Amino acid sequence: MKTRVIVTLKPGVLDPQGKAIEGALRSLGVDGVASVRQGKVFDIDIDVADRAAAKRELADACDKLLANAIVEDYAIEDD
Amino acid sequence: MTSPPRAAVVLFPGSNREGDVARALRQASGAPPAIVWHDDRALPAGTDLVVLPGGFSYGDYLRCGAIAARARIMDAVRAHAARGGLVLGVCNGFQILCEAGLLPGALMRNAGRRFICKMQHLRVENASTAFCRGYAPGQVIKLAIAHGEGNYTIDAAGLAALERSGRVAFRYCDATGAVGGRANPNGSMNDIAGVYNERFNVLGLMPHPENLIDPLVGGVDGRAMFRALAAP
Repeated sequence: MKTRVIVTLKPGVLDPQGKAIEGALRSLGVDGVASVRQGKVFDIDIDVADRAAAKRELADACDKLLANAIVEDYAIEDD
Repeated sequence: MTSPPRAAVVLFPGSNREGDVARALRQASGAPPAIVWHDDRALPAGTDLVVLPGGFSYGDYLRCGAIAARARIMDAVRAHAARGGLVLGVCNGFQILCEAGLLPGALMRNAGRRFICKMQHLRVENASTAFCRGYAPGQVIKLAIAHGEGNYTIDAAGLAALERSGRVAFRYCDATGAVGGRANPNGSMNDIAGVYNERFNVLGLMPHPENLIDPLVGGVDGRAMFRALAAP
């Protein structure tokens, strides 16, 4: 089963890379960019019975490794 | 006769300061430390001090220290710390200790985005620990820093708890000991360069005491830490 996990910085956590990208977009003339926050996407092919089981395993993966709960949030994407 | 404490240095794929740490430990105690591989299950019998050296374990993939923190040897390091054994994490070792949950907080990208490699003054905030009893309280020392992700970040409650309990080990400062402004190289909250766990037997810091043990390379302010750790 193909799944996607998205990890983002919590609001308020400083994101210097996002800031740099934001500045670059403005200097490239992309209009209306108010702010940029950079995150991570994990495409995970997981071999489980159903979507509920996949969600449980992926939450476990996020808690154990993929996200650092001190500074990051995660979301498991639904189709 | 009391023998000097036995030290072990953990080697992860991508560690690169293990030789420097081993040299500092040997200079202080006369004995070379054991080198322990990340995939080992146990520390050598009788280990008193575990050092996680600097470097770029696992290429800094995912987050700095994240994968090393889940290496097999870390269960043994966690048990060692739970028994009251000493653990020192320097630079990437500090990042690993935070990722492993042995120290609070996280090390984020430097606020100025650049990798910083320079000499840096630090203020010793707590000189009553096994690591820092060779320093005077408030002493200003000079160590090297070399990191891209040293921006210490923690939630407000965690920060208050660190400050309240004397668990801030070192703060970035200028040559006079003044903190803030340009004396903070990486944006760390409250200028924090190193922290202790609740029992003061685990210390993580971004600066490199192991690189300041020889006048030939610019100073010897790191010696006091290794001497304190080597004392029986």
